[in-house]
Amino acid sequence: MKLLRNHRAGLDGFINYGLVLVFYFIMQFLQNGGNLTSTFTSQLVPICVYMIMAISLNLVVGISGELSLGHAGFMSVGAFSGVVASASLMESVSSAPLRLALAILIGGIVAALAGVLIGIPVLRLNGDYLAIVTLAFGEIIKNVINCLYVGLDNAGLHISIKSAEALGMDTAGKLLINGPIGAAGVTRISSFFSAIVLLLITLFVVQNLIHSRSGRAIMAIRDNRIAAESTGLNIIKYKMMAFVTSAAFAGMAGTLYALNLSTVVAKKFDFNTSILVLVFVVLGGLGNLRGSMIAAALLTILPELLREYQEYRMLVYSIILILVMLITNNDTLKDMKQRAVMKIKTVLNGSNKSTKAKQAGGAES
Amino acid sequence: MNFLNFLVAGVSLGSIYAIIALGYTMVYGIAKMLNFAHGDVIMIGAYVAFFSINSQSLPPVVAVLLAMAICTLLGVMIEYLAYRPLRNATSLAVLITAIGVSFFLQNFALIRWGSSPKNFPTVVPFGKITLFGGDLIISGEAITTILTCLLVMVLLTTFTQKTKMGKAMRAVSEDKAAAQLMGINVNYTISITFAIGSALAAIAGVLLCSMYPLLNPTTGAMPGIKAFTAAVFGGIGSIPGAMIGGILLGIIEIFGKAYISNQLSDAIVFAVLIVVLLVKPTGLMGKKIRVKV
Amino acid sequence: MNKTKLVNLPSDYQIPERDSDKTPILEARHLGIDFGGLTAVDNFNMAIGRTEIAGLIGPNGAGKTTVFNLLTKVYQPTRGTILLDSKDTAGMNTEQVNRAGIARTFQNIRLFDKLTVEENVKVGLHNSTLYNMFDGILRTPRYWSKEKVAHERALELLSIFDMQGMANQKAGSLPYGAQRRLEIVRALGTNPSLLLLDEPAAGMNPSETAELMDNIQKIRDTFMIAIMLIEHDMSLVMNICEGIAVLNYGKIIAKGTPEEIQANPAVIEAYLGKQKEDE
Repeated sequence: MKLLRNHRAGLDGFINYGLVLVFYFIMQFLQNGGNLTSTFTSQLVPICVYMIMAISLNLVVGISGELSLGHAGFMSVGAFSGVVASASLMESVSSAPLRLALAILIGGIVAALAGVLIGIPVLRLNGDYLAIVTLAFGEIIKNVINCLYVGLDNAGLHISIKSAEALGMDTAGKLLINGPIGAAGVTRISSFFSAIVLLLITLFVVQNLIHSRSGRAIMAIRDNRIAAESTGLNIIKYKMMAFVTSAAFAGMAGTLYALNLSTVVAKKFDFNTSILVLVFVVLGGLGNLRGSMIAAALLTILPELLREYQEYRMLVYSIILILVMLITNNDTLKDMKQRAVMKIKTVLNGSNKSTKAKQAGGAES
Repeated sequence: MNFLNFLVAGVSLGSIYAIIALGYTMVYGIAKMLNFAHGDVIMIGAYVAFFSINSQSLPPVVAVLLAMAICTLLGVMIEYLAYRPLRNATSLAVLITAIGVSFFLQNFALIRWGSSPKNFPTVVPFGKITLFGGDLIISGEAITTILTCLLVMVLLTTFTQKTKMGKAMRAVSEDKAAAQLMGINVNYTISITFAIGSALAAIAGVLLCSMYPLLNPTTGAMPGIKAFTAAVFGGIGSIPGAMIGGILLGIIEIFGKAYISNQLSDAIVFAVLIVVLLVKPTGLMGKKIRVKV
Repeated sequence: MNKTKLVNLPSDYQIPERDSDKTPILEARHLGIDFGGLTAVDNFNMAIGRTEIAGLIGPNGAGKTTVFNLLTKVYQPTRGTILLDSKDTAGMNTEQVNRAGIARTFQNIRLFDKLTVEENVKVGLHNSTLYNMFDGILRTPRYWSKEKVAHERALELLSIFDMQGMANQKAGSLPYGAQRRLEIVRALGTNPSLLLLDEPAAGMNPSETAELMDNIQKIRDTFMIAIMLIEHDMSLVMNICEGIAVLNYGKIIAKGTPEEIQANPAVIEAYLGKQKEDE
């Protein structure tokens, strides 16, 4: 029993890796056979990006139990620092995959730093207040990046929050981030393969973290803060650990996302994007990483699938969202659902049992 | 005299935030939920007023009353259909549902009325006042907004303090179960709260669009978020807090725009909010709640 | 009923005779807290011997749990000092007090509901399961060896209450009595020198209570630690506590052995009211 249980936690993790690999190979297969529409192909990297976003946000909302409404802010920080890093490394690192890896790493580190900076004040607050402050930080990040100008010339990087002229670059200078216009002419080096690799790394880190002493501490604090304190846990340390790890992966996802596009604007990473990722997490189930991945994938594809209904698709999306929340959270409807499931199970089991009973009877006689 | 002009602009913008924030704060105080769809009710109210005036040629006062009636109905319906079934669910589930309702309203407006912005007519029957030989100009919209805000504040305070329904509301916000045991109909009380909050949203919508005349399906979203932070700023659940929070937020935003940076004004507003919450984690007028161990 | 003799310390507090060759594990001096204008606990003085089982009793609302909250710094005291193993705990927070040696249970059970029973105990073992975040993520040999030790230790601790069989159940799904016992096991995991039990027998039937009584004594004898408990079940208190303090309206109104407490008129009055008023 004991062994079984321990293996189950591990097995659960392996199923997730397996699902990701299956997804990759099916997509590869379809793509090679020319069975994938171009819109769908263009969604492959974003799907992985949103899966990573959902897993990382689940670490904060599901595992650590803190509502964050500004996750897109970290994605934004990662996206723009990744763009700058990639452009700066263009000359010195000629291999695109290596440059991508370095850019993702830098994007992750900068986002993690932002996470530390924001986490220090934010994690002292509780509940809804924490939610509103993360929302505020998300808006601040969006607003600041919207006014950010970054240029690169022979003298190195130039940064300003006034205008492109204020950068004072020499004539060979290249404007990397141009305020509200964002980053244009980005060299696209992300690929579906690299996205899958980053997704696997995210899963590996988050799953192993959850099943370690740190993860237990994070979940204990979520379940009962006062008891956790009385058991000798450093509340701030573990909340920070979840928050910063989450920010780092959101940053890496941001870099991956940005380097998949030729133009990136700060407005893309607004409150709605934060909410979108939160919806993945809640629909997939709090603390359920596989659920997060599946919800992220389905809900990223869903609007594409609803494309033929054009203008009605977002309306349908919102109705589905409300209905799912009602069905999964209303006591009466939950009961009804459970009874329906039970009934189906008994019907299925019933036929199973009767055959089993026959077999057993046969064995006895 | 620029300073005074900015101050007036700040106070009148803040008055709009305050009226919206009242809706957030009352609902939060009583139902303990963040009603993210509140901003979109504002937008619906504005559209109703817009079409009453433009297509039906109704007088502005009738248009505002009609908008209030429809928003009240809408608010109560949203509560009944989407939030009441989740009374015992986690706050996160309710939050996501509220977001769903918000998406729904925005996309409904998009399909029904299109994405191109409508040019909102003014509903204010009188012009601007010029003081100090032209140095200080107060627009009719600003006067109306500030007066409306004051009136709403007085009426709402009297209502919650003096009437039976108001007392029931305060009782429900204090302790839902105890209120129920005292014979208060909790569901009815919550419905009334949504009704009042949504009627206020309609007023705010009309005032907002009179001041910034471009109306589109996402008009309510950003003012909604800001008014919500105003409610938190003042101490969520507190009616005077929402008022003070809203007006301060408006002043900070306008001064930030005028004196620091036009583009960074939102960042400044939110930064101030964060500082306030760090110094006083329950907002300016919020009560501290001791956790029972 | 046991017959422990209490002796007076130089500070005028009493501890059992057998502990008197060492300093008391806990000494609270003039401890007090005000909530707003209300004085919830005032001038609380008490010493606990290193292997003593002490009781804190009193009518509802007397401030017993508040005393526990003060000792564990869930509330910061307004006045007074707390010496834990002769060290002043001023400036420590709840977490640090636990690391310094005080563990507790809660009147309204506070388990980590969504974690399993074993995980709950492992959280108790957190500060003795030493490996860092990267060992955990990369699954280094240190991770495996420390986790193995923690697993074995958790089962060993659970065996005190014969709960090994429940190790993989969710803590939140346990029956009430088992939840109370699990809280004690989790507290023991932090390797305390003083264990505070807040109404450990609440909601238990007489046979469960009798078993609990044995187990509390067994815990003291195995771990050689001090235990202080709040309890309304007088048979439990009078049977296993060696020193008892009675709290009423936030003040200690009597201290002594069970026999002394039972004979104390002030205690009888606090529980039953003045005879004259009753008439």
